[in-house]
Amino acid sequence: MHIEIDEIAKTFGATTALHPVSLPIPSGALVALLGPSGSGKTTLLRILGGLEFPTSGRVLFDGQDATGLSVQDRRAGFVFQSYALFKHMTVFENIAYGLRARPRRSRPPEAEIERRVTKLLELIQLPQIAGRFPNQLSGGQRQRVALARALAIEPRMLLLDEPFGALDARVRKELRHGLREIHDTTGLTTVFVTHDQDEAMELADLVVVMSMGKIEQVGRPQDIRARPATPFVREFIAA
Amino acid sequence: MYDSTLNEPLLSPAEHAAPKWRPVTDESPLTKLVLIAIALGGLAVLVLAPLAVVFAEALAKGAAAAVTSLTKPEAWSAIKLTLIVAAVSVPVNAVFGIAAAWTITKFDFRGKAFLITLIDLPFSVSPVVAGLALVLLFGANSVLGGWLVASGFPIVFALPGIVLASVFVTFPFVARELIPVMIEQGRTEEEAALTLGASGWRVFLTVTLPNIKWALLYGVLLCNARAMGEFGAVAVVSGKIRGQTATMPITIEMLYNEYLSVAAFSLAALLAALALLTLALKTMLEWRHADQLAATRRH
Repeated sequence: MHIEIDEIAKTFGATTALHPVSLPIPSGALVALLGPSGSGKTTLLRILGGLEFPTSGRVLFDGQDATGLSVQDRRAGFVFQSYALFKHMTVFENIAYGLRARPRRSRPPEAEIERRVTKLLELIQLPQIAGRFPNQLSGGQRQRVALARALAIEPRMLLLDEPFGALDARVRKELRHGLREIHDTTGLTTVFVTHDQDEAMELADLVVVMSMGKIEQVGRPQDIRARPATPFVREFIAA
Repeated sequence: MYDSTLNEPLLSPAEHAAPKWRPVTDESPLTKLVLIAIALGGLAVLVLAPLAVVFAEALAKGAAAAVTSLTKPEAWSAIKLTLIVAAVSVPVNAVFGIAAAWTITKFDFRGKAFLITLIDLPFSVSPVVAGLALVLLFGANSVLGGWLVASGFPIVFALPGIVLASVFVTFPFVARELIPVMIEQGRTEEEAALTLGASGWRVFLTVTLPNIKWALLYGVLLCNARAMGEFGAVAVVSGKIRGQTATMPITIEMLYNEYLSVAAFSLAALLAALALLTLALKTMLEWRHADQLAATRRH
């Protein structure tokens, strides 16, 4: 799905989180929002997911105005920084949550739910953990379960907030590949937030460098490396 | 890292043979003994002895006398009234408490600090003052109370007043238990459920409520214990009408003042037994769900 961010601004009381920013995200792209903390990247992601509403500006999904669309109706698969798995539910129930939450007439029958959850567990390569609770999983497993849970609702886009932030270096590398593969298999427009420029450069088709609530540069990783548009970008990617 | 051979000339072989060490967090045996003795002694004098005396006094003239005193209409009406009051005020305050804790922890708004103070008010105001306030507000001498009495729905010296007083006094328990738990849990699990398409009500039932259920249970048990045991506020609003508006604590006091010690202590023992029963219930639930408690707790 093509996403168009049109002059989005957001203020929290007296603080400005986002100055008006505009950004087209082509359908099927894997996009990194890269920047230091406080650059507004998470706010922008939450606006896309419907968890915050912009102070001004519009969000368009495939050309249709989605600015006021409720979080439930957006069908955005959202992976949270700390994964936000439901602690009191098994992995199976976590992944099935979105399917069970559907209104009765569009809710799949139990056998279909089971089939889909099993398929998703295979996709994240953890077919044997359906019966475990989140606190019995490693960090990497939790991240993948959160991804499967987000994919279960057949989302129109995938939004990830620092998806590798809580992991150690080795697992992080592995899961980068995992995300790339899942993106390529599903073909979903995917936006992830990171403060790690290596991660952004290695994984993304398109990198959006942000600072102080503004977009500094948008480009392919190699272009940003070769021609940083501002002193901030040059310094940030050199770090 | 240091070379241990460096130390050797400083220590005689005997000292080496018996190194005196214990975990840094450990106290000496004497300190331990004294601390345990103080704790157990305090518990015995302050909690166990009074409880034992109540039961002993109740059974002073035999179990039959105690049971007979409980079956008298006066005692029976007090028991029923207390149970009714608890049965109404506990659910009311559970709902109020959840709503208040939800509002305070999940939203940012002006006057939040004031709301938190307001919730604590019943803890800081003397119950007697609370009772008097209700009498002034709803009593027959007030405009509102006069109209209520005239329309056949008296509040003061009747069941509604007793319930109102109990609800007021027990108001903070549930909210106070829930607020820290809900602050610690934050909003991300609820947000995750919303992005998965769940309605607000579904999020509450399937995510929020399971996460707070133990805190809610503690709050409800404390609330229940206090609702059944409240004396001061109820004493003022109830008018202490024997067999009509006298709850168990009020009846106990009246019987005691009339030197009917078996009757007074039998009722007191029953009230204490109800409290012990709720504690036992709580312990049993914790014990039965120990694995689940451990699984859902944060690391």
